[in-house]
Amino acid sequence: MLDINNLQASVEGKAILKGLDLHVKAGEVHAIMGPNGSGKSTLAQVMAGREAFSVDGGSVTWDGQDLLAMPIEERARAGLFLAFQYPVEIPGVSNAYFLKAAVNAVRKHRGLPEFDAMDFLTRVKAEMKAVGMKEEFLYRSVNEGFSGGEKKRNEVLQMALLEPRLAILDETDSGLDIDALKVVADGVNRLRSPDRALIVITHYQRLLDYIVPDQVHVLSHGRIVRSGGRELALELEEKGYGWIGDSGEVHHQPPAAGAAS
Amino acid sequence: MSSIDTWVSEFRARSAQLPGAALPWLAAQRQHAIERFADEGWPTRRHPRWQHTSLAFMEQQEFAPAAQPVDAAAALAALRGDETGHWLVFVGGRFAASLSDIGPLPSGALVLSLAEALESHSEDIEAAFGNAADGDSPAALNTALAADGAFVRLAPGVALDAPLHLVSIAGASEASRHLRHLVVAGSGAQATVVEHYIGGGQSASLTTAVTRIMAEADARITHLKLQQEAEQAIHLASIASVQARGAHFASHSLSFGARLARNDIRTRFDGEGCEALLNGLYHVDGRRHVDHHTCIDHARPLGNSREFYRGLLDGQSRGVFTGRVVVARDAQRSDAMQRCDNLLLSRQAEADARPELEIYADDVKCAHGATVGEIDEDSLFYLQSRGLDEIHARRLLTYAFAAEALERIELMPLRSRARAALLARLPGGELLEELL
Repeated sequence: MLDINNLQASVEGKAILKGLDLHVKAGEVHAIMGPNGSGKSTLAQVMAGREAFSVDGGSVTWDGQDLLAMPIEERARAGLFLAFQYPVEIPGVSNAYFLKAAVNAVRKHRGLPEFDAMDFLTRVKAEMKAVGMKEEFLYRSVNEGFSGGEKKRNEVLQMALLEPRLAILDETDSGLDIDALKVVADGVNRLRSPDRALIVITHYQRLLDYIVPDQVHVLSHGRIVRSGGRELALELEEKGYGWIGDSGEVHHQPPAAGAAS
Repeated sequence: MSSIDTWVSEFRARSAQLPGAALPWLAAQRQHAIERFADEGWPTRRHPRWQHTSLAFMEQQEFAPAAQPVDAAAALAALRGDETGHWLVFVGGRFAASLSDIGPLPSGALVLSLAEALESHSEDIEAAFGNAADGDSPAALNTALAADGAFVRLAPGVALDAPLHLVSIAGASEASRHLRHLVVAGSGAQATVVEHYIGGGQSASLTTAVTRIMAEADARITHLKLQQEAEQAIHLASIASVQARGAHFASHSLSFGARLARNDIRTRFDGEGCEALLNGLYHVDGRRHVDHHTCIDHARPLGNSREFYRGLLDGQSRGVFTGRVVVARDAQRSDAMQRCDNLLLSRQAEADARPELEIYADDVKCAHGATVGEIDEDSLFYLQSRGLDEIHARRLLTYAFAAEALERIELMPLRSRARAALLARLPGGELLEELL
């Protein structure tokens, strides 16, 4: 479903991704771990189309399409979703308006009828219940004054509503208490299906207690340096990132038995 | 032509027919005012209060009556919708009784056209009218030529149950209109006064307006101005309020229309413990120009003022804001806060925001801040990453920036009205109508 080959990206002339390869099949959940500054968020932002990063080489093919050639909103409409590490506050725009505009933009693209106000409310209220958000959050400005946990729940809510085919969660677990963490994990697990793929970027293995990944990758210095099954996450938890080495050299490790490759 | 001589001749031709022409005090003020105007001329950048807005061009500006007939009734109906309240309508600067709907007023409330009030309440008007020395030369021109307006007097403790709307519609036969509104609120009285300015055709025309508000102790006056004149109009206005002890004054100035709009808004705290909110929102595009020159005079102790202005500047437009705050020597424990934020929607637009603080007391809190920025890239990316196209996202963020100013308007029907007026200005506003 997703093939990233030799992806190179930089910001303000500073190379961040230095030849990244990643292959994700439909139905799979991949975890990407790595130390701070290894390029995890850059990968997420480049995938979503952030123009502050320049793509200097390589390719990203998604369902046979050149993802990098697509405008930001086209990616979203085609089913790419990025849960932001730092969701943006938008004073003056109600969450309800924002969510409805987003859902209808995507539905329109998919040839589905747009939701009217009533249908939308029914739908959004059900999903809010699932992520443990009170209805008042519909009428507040987007993320304005939300706590860290509330912002992340709002991201998971958007993910549920937009029903992406490829979701990338950028450290959605960071700074969350265990209840919020379970909400995030539950949101991901509910989305799991044979025709969807998910990429979970995380600094800690904790989230992977609740989301069992098919594969775990270690990102260091802008490249995937290790790939393996979920036991790789446990190993990282135990040993930290120090043992990966600072060279950015790629170590090959055969995937563990049982893990899809 | 709009040269000084033209206006002086116009005054000579008109003065004998102006309402109240037979009142000696009024005739004298008008005479002084035109003399002052003739002496000072239109303000230019050399004038300290007009550094960013020169009216030098007015000397050559031609003003002409609208080329087409004006259907004032239709314009009013479109503006008013089904809103209740008290409505005074002025067409071409003259009270239009047939279009007005003052409705039942509480006892102790007097609402009249200025022309009528000069017949029946000339002493009250004399006390409230102001004089030839007030304001700058455009205000003096208004003093000389103002033929009508509203006179509102509230006895102590009287509260108007609904907003009083004062609607100015440009007429078909005049090239300029000059309105003067006087509001005298007794102690503890309360009212919301809304000034609307609409109309004006393809040809250039001039509106001058002077609004004077006297708020006795503990009175609460909310003033909202919605300026939506045609894009060839020149709009020169001043709003001056004087607050006695504990009085509360809120001003909301929404400036969307006119080629050039200037609002001088000032209030003076004449007693202890006054409060003022000066809130403003402007949108200009093309080569249009808007200037708000505000002054809050903390003349007495324990006053609190809050000032928030926001501007949306597109095309090659220019938005000017000056926020002058004066704290007198014995006005201890004054608290003044001021912000002006501008959003540039084009690289050629220009914003000027200037705080002017003059503080003579030592126990005061004064803060000011100004920003000029473009649409936030992070917010734009966030919205686009949710499937909104770039144009929709930009419009939404532009609206959101402005909406903050609207949230300070407490009365919901007025807030909705202001919101609709804003959306009507913004490209793609219909896309955002669900926000209403």
